[in-house]
Amino acid sequence: MITTRRRACALIGATATIGLPNLPFAQARLSYDLQPKPAGPGIWMIEGSTDYFSMDNGGAIVNCVLLQGDSGLIVIDTGPSRRFGEALAGVARTLDLRGVSAVVNTHHHPDHFFGNQVFATQPIHALGDTIRLAQDEGDGFADNMYRLLGDWMRGTEVVPPRNVLDGGEVTIDGRAFTVLPLSGHTAADMALLDQRSGLLIAGDLVFHDRAPTTPSADLAQWSAALDTLEATNAAAILPGHGPLDQAGASIAQTRAYLDWLNTTLRQSARDGLDMIEVMQLPLPERFAAMGAQPDEYQRSVSHLFPDIELAVLPRAN
Amino acid sequence: MLRPLLAALSLATAAAAADDVRTPLTDPLGSGMWSYHQKELLGDPLDIRFDDRVIVQGPANAEDTVNVPLLVDATAIGDVEEIRIFADYGPIPHILTYHPGQAAPKIALRFKIDQATAIRAAVRSADGAWHVGSTYIDAAGGGCTAASHAYASDDWEERLGMIHGQVWADTGRARMIVDHPMDTGLADGIPVFIIETLDISDTQGQPIARLDLHEPVNEDPAFTLYFEPDATPEALRITGRDNNGNDIDGLITVAGYNG
Ligand SMILES: [Zn+2]
Repeated sequence: MITTRRRACALIGATATIGLPNLPFAQARLSYDLQPKPAGPGIWMIEGSTDYFSMDNGGAIVNCVLLQGDSGLIVIDTGPSRRFGEALAGVARTLDLRGVSAVVNTHHHPDHFFGNQVFATQPIHALGDTIRLAQDEGDGFADNMYRLLGDWMRGTEVVPPRNVLDGGEVTIDGRAFTVLPLSGHTAADMALLDQRSGLLIAGDLVFHDRAPTTPSADLAQWSAALDTLEATNAAAILPGHGPLDQAGASIAQTRAYLDWLNTTLRQSARDGLDMIEVMQLPLPERFAAMGAQPDEYQRSVSHLFPDIELAVLPRAN
Repeated sequence: MLRPLLAALSLATAAAAADDVRTPLTDPLGSGMWSYHQKELLGDPLDIRFDDRVIVQGPANAEDTVNVPLLVDATAIGDVEEIRIFADYGPIPHILTYHPGQAAPKIALRFKIDQATAIRAAVRSADGAWHVGSTYIDAAGGGCTAASHAYASDDWEERLGMIHGQVWADTGRARMIVDHPMDTGLADGIPVFIIETLDISDTQGQPIARLDLHEPVNEDPAFTLYFEPDATPEALRITGRDNNGNDIDGLITVAGYNG
């Protein structure tokens, strides 16, 4: 069924392109312009937009990292589509002619691993639970991504990571990392501390000037994960979404937002508010200024409020 | 996927033949299905209009297609007999009918959406006139044809009919969540299994309001009913029955109420 829908999308996309008077322009519009930004010695980041998935950004909303390994570049997270993965591979070849030597997926959300098929001949590492979640939920995510991004997704197939990484000291293509197996943003979130530079690659456990997303979140686990990340005293933090954080403010910012979200939703349930009323609550200025607001807050109400309400309201029989 | 599509197609065909309503209206959302529902779901009333005083609020996008929140407020209409809530496009359009009785003509609910569609609240006032409000909700699809989550947990039978809820006299509201799979019958091999009616009464058994639920109401139906703050009952009895004959019975109270 999913395959059928994807084919239908591809067909619709093809028809639309043929119908457009200016074919070269239409094709040019659907290409990712990825610029590697230095993020330390032998480290580059591709910085995503802080908006939500849209036809305008093609889903390039995620941060990807390239680190110099012994035989090529180690890529952390591969973006939302095959086409993005191809652009990422192109960027890698401009930095090191040998291209990408290994891939790591921090977690199983589609914007972090749907570029994997481009790197299918390389090892693709992830936590064991991330591999299982990508296998279980990947097709459902693909359905949704085709709906949100249309022709940007053309040809994208779900390629889950294959190589299990446990926590602890790990060497990937000659480069030493401390792997932190955590959870909270999803049931399995990996953060990596690059031992050479002290850079913490936090995945989506940390957002920076961009509202955290919660479709698979457990807020209590997430808070505990932030404690662990804080204790690394990293030299700099590369968040899953938003700019590189040299000052170490992004962990506290993520924590403050999630605490506020949890408190607000619980109090709203105690006050008997309905979901629509909760969605309409005004955001404090510092959270309203984050990227993708107030939409991301409203999505979080959808994700989190039904369970919170059941926990808060008394039994009636 | 196939079944709702066919249903929508056959509805669309029917719509073409249903333009001969007694009171033609211009649908502010231009969805193409309006006159069909005007005839089939509302019985082709003579006295009917789109009315901005009926406020229908939902998210622009359904983030969770099996839990779409909706708030319908017809307090500006005054004396309301019933509110029929339905989706223009859906394998089963009718979501809920609310008879507010002693409560305010305002209700919050959640429902399952199957595709992007206009959502309507048709309000019949005491003089027999219909007033219709609308909103449009975009959606990925699949909400009505997915199996309920209930059977994923092995204690669903024990939780069947469990009610959580409370009354807030100061803000004039009562909220209730009733555990129930609310299976639409559209998922393969799973028959219709829904709560059909919930009666809301005071502790003496005097009726206050009634809800007639249909298949698209969400799994674990959740409602807020509204009252004049100074006329909010301290406790509300919720009784009902599902289509398999299971009884539902609970008492929601203001915090600290000992009646
Ligand atoms: Zn994520």
